[in-house]
Amino acid sequence: MHTSILIAQVLKVLAAGLLLISFAMLSARRTQQLITLFAWQGAMLFVSTCLVAYSSGLTEMYYSAALTLLLKVITLPWILNRLIRRLRAQWDTEQLVKVPTTMLAGLVLVIFAFGLAQPISLMATTITGHTLGIALAVILLAFLMMITRRKAVTQVIGFLAMENGLFLAATSATYGMPMVIELGIALDLLVGVFILGIFFFQIREQFDSLDLRHLESLKED
Amino acid sequence: MDILLVLGLPLLGAALLALLGARRFAPELNAGISLATLIAASFLVLHVIRHGPILAGNEQFFVDPFNVFLVALTAFVGFTTALFSRPYMRIEEHHGRVNPQRLRLYHSMYQLFMFAMLLALLTNNMGLLWVAMEAATLSTVLLVSLYRTRASLEAAWKYFILCGVGIAQALFGTILLYFAAEQALGREGMTALLWTHLNAVKGQLEPRVLGLAFVFLLVGYGTKVGLAPLHNWLPDAHAEGPTPVSAVLSGLLLNVALYAVIRCKVLVEGSIGHLLPGRMLMTFGLLSAVLGAFFIWRQRDIKRLFGYSSIEHMGIITFAFGLGGPVANFAALLHMTVHSLTKSSIFFTAGHASQTAGTQQMEGIRGMVGISPTIGWGLMLGSLAILGTPPFGVFASEFLILTTAMREHPWTTPFLLIALAVAFAGIFSRVQPMVFGESDAPPLPHSPALLPVFVHLAIVLILGIYMPAALAEWYRAAARLIG
Repeated sequence: MHTSILIAQVLKVLAAGLLLISFAMLSARRTQQLITLFAWQGAMLFVSTCLVAYSSGLTEMYYSAALTLLLKVITLPWILNRLIRRLRAQWDTEQLVKVPTTMLAGLVLVIFAFGLAQPISLMATTITGHTLGIALAVILLAFLMMITRRKAVTQVIGFLAMENGLFLAATSATYGMPMVIELGIALDLLVGVFILGIFFFQIREQFDSLDLRHLESLKED
Repeated sequence: MDILLVLGLPLLGAALLALLGARRFAPELNAGISLATLIAASFLVLHVIRHGPILAGNEQFFVDPFNVFLVALTAFVGFTTALFSRPYMRIEEHHGRVNPQRLRLYHSMYQLFMFAMLLALLTNNMGLLWVAMEAATLSTVLLVSLYRTRASLEAAWKYFILCGVGIAQALFGTILLYFAAEQALGREGMTALLWTHLNAVKGQLEPRVLGLAFVFLLVGYGTKVGLAPLHNWLPDAHAEGPTPVSAVLSGLLLNVALYAVIRCKVLVEGSIGHLLPGRMLMTFGLLSAVLGAFFIWRQRDIKRLFGYSSIEHMGIITFAFGLGGPVANFAALLHMTVHSLTKSSIFFTAGHASQTAGTQQMEGIRGMVGISPTIGWGLMLGSLAILGTPPFGVFASEFLILTTAMREHPWTTPFLLIALAVAFAGIFSRVQPMVFGESDAPPLPHSPALLPVFVHLAIVLILGIYMPAALAEWYRAAARLIG
């Protein structure tokens, strides 16, 4: 009994950590920094999935934890790091405008997410049911990051962070999706990042920069 | 067995073309694989007509009248587009816009895209449906940027990010659906996401969860349908990608995404028990139809023009599904079919017209009838068909949708009529000078394959004049399933 309470507490701390990292991402300026934060987010997801697997006794969850470790902590950060090194973009910094405003918007989103998830959390029978609000908040914050940033790499990290939030939602509400689906999602994610890697080179070749301000010429006229 | 062939052939084709796609005979190979897929799909259709719905592969695949008709349509347009793309891509190569390496990518991704769409249609698993929809996006991103021009890269980036974010919302909706299913069905692993199981217990699914799930699913898959205000990617991707890709995006992908929305709608409506999902579809649909029609006026690029026309028509179809009931659903299914056939044939002719003129800007395209009567008349007839001129099939379906709307929700008719009239004036006034008038552009280096255009238009015409009883029965069965 004591262990299960302890695990529930640790899981809450981990979920709070994920939310904190999301805020840190909103204000991180260097691309390298963002990738590290993303990897940390993955690591926290891995630990929390392992704990949920232990407390629920579902072996399937260990597989999905292993998948998280492999994909989100090792492979994707490695690919992204390699990519920015080859693009010589690791020291790139972004001019962030209105960090306080973004943070405030983030806070509003978190409150909104909690309000939206509240009735559903109450129905959840899982040990982590109450973290659904946090999961939704992580998704919305990643979305906010994609809207406010102008660099291609940053937008992709935002996209991946959004997927982290989705994964958290899946584990917190339902003990994870069926394995086949999770494999499919992981495959899509991996292929997506590969395609984006190709894409970065094409964009740089054409525009000499990864700044998305150049990609705003297709407008209605 | 048939299902295995329908899915296996394009997947195998993708692998084969990844190896051989740069060879001289690759376009023929591409068309051959598409033909084989079409034949396999026809056998599947025959099987379903004779023996009724199929559940196969450990219940992971499910074929009923609703999706089998889309499978047939997808395989058919996939084949005709492959025929069209044969000379079209050769001309592009001749003009130096693509090289053999990019053609290899193009052919391989084309088949992969077909596979992803067919998988999305045939799967019974809502999670796998999501995976397939995402795969369909991924396989077309590099096709949109095939020419590697600035504009095409921008379009592909927008397509990827917008559809990626959209589809992430759909995943959240799917997770909520799974959550509700687990509560009703218990933890059964894979079976809790099977549509047939969910459909059987839809009355017991928690309404509040499903209501929220539907909002996310509609926004997510709706982005891919091109529903306003989430339509921004659509005109760009249609205008900047190669024309065969525009044709399959507009003719097939939008349909498949809408199919996903409707599958979800059936479940949610059964759970919530009132008309909220239908009303949401009607609102989104009406907004898209009106916005799409007005944006048509501001276009200068021929493919963007018809991209916006696709938004308008998807809006009308979504609206009709929102109305619900046997007649409106019947009309929506018919409109899906005729829109897909007509719009792909328009893109075929528009593609060749811009190749001949050397520009996609409409003021540069003049007097197509003088240069090539088939291209010119194909474009004219296609435009007349899409604008809902009788006796084409589009007229029949739009008429049914309008009369149903008039009877059940009279306030919506002015909006629909305005959308149709604005689109008519906008497109007709642009197409008329492109088809007639004077021009001295030289003819194309390879003779275009325009047979698909006239086959498509002939089918649309026949559907408008006389609907075979078997087909009508088939649509009715599908309409009943949707409810």
